[in-house]
Amino acid sequence: MEIQDIIRPENKVYSTPELLDNVHMHYCPGCSHGVIHKLLAEVIAEMGLTEKTVGISPVGCAVFAYNYIDVDWVEAAHGRAPAVATAISRLWPEDVVFTYQGDGDMSAIGTAESIHAANRGENIVMVFVNNAIYGMTGGQMAPTTLVGQKTATTPYGRRVDLNGHPLEITNLMAILDGTCYVTRQSVHTPANVRKTKAALKKAFQNALDKKGTSVVEVVATCNSGWKMSPEKANEWMAEHMFAKYPLGDLKNE
Amino acid sequence: MKEEVRLMKGNEAIAHAAIRYGCDGYFGYPITPQSEVLETLEELMPWETTGMVVLQAESEVAAINMVYGGAASGKAVMTSSSSPGVSLKQEGISYIAAASLPALILNVMRGGPGLGTIQPSQADYFQATKGGGHGDYHLIVLAPSTVQEMVDFVGLGFDLAFKYTNPAMILADGIVGQMMEKVVLPAQRPRRTEEEIRKQCPWAADGRKDGRKRNVVTSLELESARMEVINHQLQARYREIEKNETRWEEIDVEDADYLIVAFGSIARICTKAKELAAEKGIKVGIVRPITLWPFPTEAIARAAKGKKGILCVELNAGQMIEDVRLAVHDSLPVEHFGRLGGIIPSPDEVVKALEEKIVK
Amino acid sequence: MKEEIIIAGFGGQGVLSMGKILAYSGLMDDKEVTWMPSYGPEQRGGTANVTVILSDEKISSPVLDSFDNVIALNQQSLDKFAPKVKPGGILIYDTNGIHNHPKRDDITIYPIDAMEATLEIGNSKAYNMVVMGALLEAMNYKLPMENVIKGLKKSLPERHHKLIPLNEQAIEKGRTLLKK
Repeated sequence: MEIQDIIRPENKVYSTPELLDNVHMHYCPGCSHGVIHKLLAEVIAEMGLTEKTVGISPVGCAVFAYNYIDVDWVEAAHGRAPAVATAISRLWPEDVVFTYQGDGDMSAIGTAESIHAANRGENIVMVFVNNAIYGMTGGQMAPTTLVGQKTATTPYGRRVDLNGHPLEITNLMAILDGTCYVTRQSVHTPANVRKTKAALKKAFQNALDKKGTSVVEVVATCNSGWKMSPEKANEWMAEHMFAKYPLGDLKNE
Repeated sequence: MKEEVRLMKGNEAIAHAAIRYGCDGYFGYPITPQSEVLETLEELMPWETTGMVVLQAESEVAAINMVYGGAASGKAVMTSSSSPGVSLKQEGISYIAAASLPALILNVMRGGPGLGTIQPSQADYFQATKGGGHGDYHLIVLAPSTVQEMVDFVGLGFDLAFKYTNPAMILADGIVGQMMEKVVLPAQRPRRTEEEIRKQCPWAADGRKDGRKRNVVTSLELESARMEVINHQLQARYREIEKNETRWEEIDVEDADYLIVAFGSIARICTKAKELAAEKGIKVGIVRPITLWPFPTEAIARAAKGKKGILCVELNAGQMIEDVRLAVHDSLPVEHFGRLGGIIPSPDEVVKALEEKIVK
Repeated sequence: MKEEIIIAGFGGQGVLSMGKILAYSGLMDDKEVTWMPSYGPEQRGGTANVTVILSDEKISSPVLDSFDNVIALNQQSLDKFAPKVKPGGILIYDTNGIHNHPKRDDITIYPIDAMEATLEIGNSKAYNMVVMGALLEAMNYKLPMENVIKGLKKSLPERHHKLIPLNEQAIEKGRTLLKK
């Protein structure tokens, strides 16, 4: 059998999502962002939202998300994505607006914007990638860094007396009346990838249905920042991160 | 709504003007002395009539980033604040300027630095005209001296902002914000339709309507060579604005021996001072910059020819005077008179300063 | 025609709203008008004042050093603004609580008992309109009463329009104080 005999439409089991650009991504090998981008691209296309979606990219590793997913984008200042999304969502109520934010963007510099957009119940989707470290700037402590975790600014491990506690911002979001759906997922196994995709679909549907704010946290790895192999990072995440940030729905109304 | 003559405060007039000029969205956070803008908008409920969005944000920082988002999606959006709040907005203003977006920002200045006072001031001249936020950028800065100009400059500000895809600022002081005057409100200008927005703003991130190629609004460019090109493009636009949009008013400049340069409501106090000085035989002309950026450099240089001295009257410790001195290149004495801390000089005080510092 | 007016008194005497009604009345009479509240350190201590200018011409400064008409409604305001009446100008003051009366012979001075007149009408809220009646009578510029009524209508919220006859009565009462 020749290779041409195999490459036929009926034999196709997987293809790149149509909205995912065929370009070289700047993410490190093993990074979770690529998988999450792929899921977003799939969900937007499958739901027929290509012509009504606006993404708000953050400052952080995903700053260039606009180079990878083929929808309209606005690149926000650090932490301000929920404010930017608020305005676009209100001014173009037929559009679906999502933010894509890391732990620094969502739960440090942008805490006020995140909490208040969610508390107003803006009809937006907030995708929160929590890898417990600042990847873009070289691996410094994030609000979600675990106690004892080593980073560039906690070289001997995070200490509560010096650095305070890991911030569970998603739990805070869940108690707000403005949120309709708050969930915590991961993308480290095929099963978890499927669950995350379902969660994103639900969140986008909520925005279409004007049900309020949906928050999809993805607990993720940063193997470069954590200084681990991708495989080891997945193991470390399952062992340590899920203890502090357990997976599952926090709110589903 | 038809054209209408009303008596109202400058701050209220701004709210009416925003609705009547077809503004799509206002995002603000209360701060004295301009909270009436948001209060009036909430009272008028324009979302029921024109469909304009009004939102009280959680902070000035959030408000300006809402403006950034709204502008990035092609809508005509604005915010207003007073000095300490405008300091908070500077990050967002820099992003809006860098991303070449149209937006309108009102600053009803109060005395600083820091929390300062709630009384009138013009001490944010440097901040408004020389940058304010980081990077090489300019706002188109309009300085109203009457409540009517507060209204007119909402329309003009939006027009210029969209013409040059550049943010515009109305730099008012607490006097025009808080005083009431006769004002002619314009007839309702309809908000642009979605089709009109797409035609006017083909760069807008509003969803890839009709399958067009994606629009990305960003100020980020890590490649230095490309960033330099972007910077040069911005500078070219600023030269264009300087060439086309410099505005000022001259009062009795021809026959004068001396000049007063003043902006905003202070220029009106100086006009009264000019009349009082004339009674003493001192002939004074007034140049009132209307655009503080672009600054009427050539007009001032022209007006200064043959004059014996210039007095810059400002509610600050001497900011615009630097631009006036640059305009006249030390060809004649240029002195500053200002009151600080929110104190408004009376016309008599201006005459006295003129006599002491310039006429001698 | 140009009338430069300052109205000064305690906060709560209706100084600012009287200024607004006066300015709106001028506007209804096709005049240029400005209304500038006290806006400076002097507003501390519970005093309030407002400068109103009515003019045929475009108005330059809304802030003034001297006035054609001064209305002073307490001692503090009287002390401060009596010297600022232009020669030949008009000073109206409420005599209640005044122990130090102004002494100038180059201006026209009208001491009035606006409080007593208000009590006669029976509604203390009409006080500022009694004072305004005195001013309208005293001013060189004769503002037609029909435009004052229009000014009242424009200044007062719709729900207070039932009070317009009372205000009109108070203005007429104020006018009589000068005729005494």
